[in-house]
Amino acid sequence: MRTVLPLGDELHRGAWRALVLSTAVALDGVSQHFGSVVAVDDVSLTVESGEFFSLLGPSGSGKTTCLRMIAGFDLPTRGRIVIGGEDVTSIPPYRRTVNTVFQDYALFPHMSVAENVAYPLMVRGSDKRTRVQRTNEMLELVQLSGLENRRPGALSGGQRQRVALARALINAPPVLLLDEPLGALDLKLRQQMQIELKALQRQLGITFIYVTHDQEEALSMSDRLAVFREGRIEQVGSPQSVYDTPRTAFVAGFVGSANILTGEQAEALGLSPVTTALRPEKIHLQINGDGSQKGLVHCQGRLVGRQFLGINTRFEVEISQGLVLDVIRQNTLDQILPEPEQQVTLSWRVEDVRMLEHI
Amino acid sequence: MTDITVAATGWPRMRRKLSDGLFQHPVLFLLLLLAPPLIWLGIIYLGSLFALLAQSFFYIDEFSGVVVREFSLRTFAELFTPANMDIVVRTVVMAATVTVAAAVIAFPLAYYMSHYTGPGMKAVFYLAVMLPLWSSYLVRVYAWKLILAHEGIISWFFARLGLSGLLDGILAIPIIGGASLSVSYIGMFLVFLYIWLPFMILPIQAAIERIPRSLLDASADLGGHPGQTFRKIVLPLAFPGVVAGSIFTFSLTLGDYIIPGIIGSSRLVIGQAVYIHQGTAGNIPLAAAFSIVPIAIMAIYLTIARRLGAFDAL
Repeated sequence: MRTVLPLGDELHRGAWRALVLSTAVALDGVSQHFGSVVAVDDVSLTVESGEFFSLLGPSGSGKTTCLRMIAGFDLPTRGRIVIGGEDVTSIPPYRRTVNTVFQDYALFPHMSVAENVAYPLMVRGSDKRTRVQRTNEMLELVQLSGLENRRPGALSGGQRQRVALARALINAPPVLLLDEPLGALDLKLRQQMQIELKALQRQLGITFIYVTHDQEEALSMSDRLAVFREGRIEQVGSPQSVYDTPRTAFVAGFVGSANILTGEQAEALGLSPVTTALRPEKIHLQINGDGSQKGLVHCQGRLVGRQFLGINTRFEVEISQGLVLDVIRQNTLDQILPEPEQQVTLSWRVEDVRMLEHI
Repeated sequence: MTDITVAATGWPRMRRKLSDGLFQHPVLFLLLLLAPPLIWLGIIYLGSLFALLAQSFFYIDEFSGVVVREFSLRTFAELFTPANMDIVVRTVVMAATVTVAAAVIAFPLAYYMSHYTGPGMKAVFYLAVMLPLWSSYLVRVYAWKLILAHEGIISWFFARLGLSGLLDGILAIPIIGGASLSVSYIGMFLVFLYIWLPFMILPIQAAIERIPRSLLDASADLGGHPGQTFRKIVLPLAFPGVVAGSIFTFSLTLGDYIIPGIIGSSRLVIGQAVYIHQGTAGNIPLAAAFSIVPIAIMAIYLTIARRLGAFDAL
């Protein structure tokens, strides 16, 4: 999925051209330096048309800067940006065909809801009838009909979010950029909006590029996602492939949770002597395991911590001095919770162990 | 913990009782807090203003020159004589011109200060804007008299560029021209503009600073060209700052009598009229009536500004 195409190479240049024609957005070796700080370092990626693509990473990992470069607010120090087959690297935001939903919504406080939503039509000089009609359509789409004359200040967080969405969609952009749009909402509303956003994206069939630091959000909504770390992309793929086959310890730890074993620790458990990741939910925990089942790796340990989380329980099991494994077990009726300090048996399938490229 | 259980004595004990008492009687606390400003504002400040207002309804006896303390509108009628209206119009036009020019100059600077400077550079700009306010007003005005004088640096500069004819041409314009810049309305305008400019820059800068950057990004993102972003987003949101600044420059120019006395022609402005009538002429009612004029003009001005929605964002 990662396309690194050196510029200047004729063969690759042709391949690149063929590639960008079929993609909604393509970044080619894009870097962004703010003084001596490298915010984005040689990022290349392609987003297919109609795809829900997430840029996932902790704060300061460069994902928002990437989005801002696609929108045109920041110009890349190096590299090229292509939107819909057109090289837009040095084109100002008001001539790009993408629209953005901002983290703080960026609604114009001195305009009504209707004026906010109609703003893109107004600056393009559309006639009044089209404006009113399109605005009403958009407000209906985001279920805000009847609030046309309110000011943004008189709306709830969720309503503001919908206004921002309607405003960004009124021009029917082929690509919509979303910068942590649900970050300011409470959990219930966020979950509801996740479903609505995904449904809206399917209904309109447009490309969404979605920046988030919430791995659950990225996993549940995306067709594909890119994991960012310190200005670089660590891994690109479908949620399932990134979760199941993380390339690095960072991805394993950031997308879901993982037990990361060093080479020596892995060797001590009878695995290959390389850095290894093991998902907590893939480990089977028994109080009196016999350790004889075929195809499973077994080991004994002492329970040192237990957290009841409702739907499941998280255990910390010390296998040897300094090596504690996290184990997550579904809470079912017939299971007895082991007590701290109790001896337990852990087992897992060999194929659930992921060998990583580097730390 | 132990501090609370140990019984305090003497002064600490008194202090604790006092603070407990204030905590239990919030109204008393509020009264104590507000008494000094209320006395100052209510009695000394507004009180003297009302005394002034009252004076303007008295009139002066034309033969004896004694103030007659009876209610009458004849002093106000006197205000509307051509000679006095001339003074009012001259002052208002000057104040309006200074205000518009100050806003035009201040806006780009304030915009730059708000959106393009780092913290260090911003401090330098604040310093540069406010530095003139640290020195005496009179010294600066007299310095300008020298700059604008016939033998001053501006004349010298025009002469050096071979443009003396241009300067003479400008000074030959009727009404705003004069023998030299220092005795013309152009000179008075320049000095007013210089003296009051900081009072325009600072409120506008504060208003622009409050506009989130994301609003400008959003406008561009939605297709707004820089000019449209400025007209539709920046200007409306910065408008309260412009109005606040213009209240300063407009009212300060309306009331000033020192600059017109030092620079400009012998024709009077409101401030000078007040000064002369209450001093040498001894016509306190007319002086009071004159000083009502700026108050009335400001009231009208603020009403218009409010109609235009200048305070909607507050």
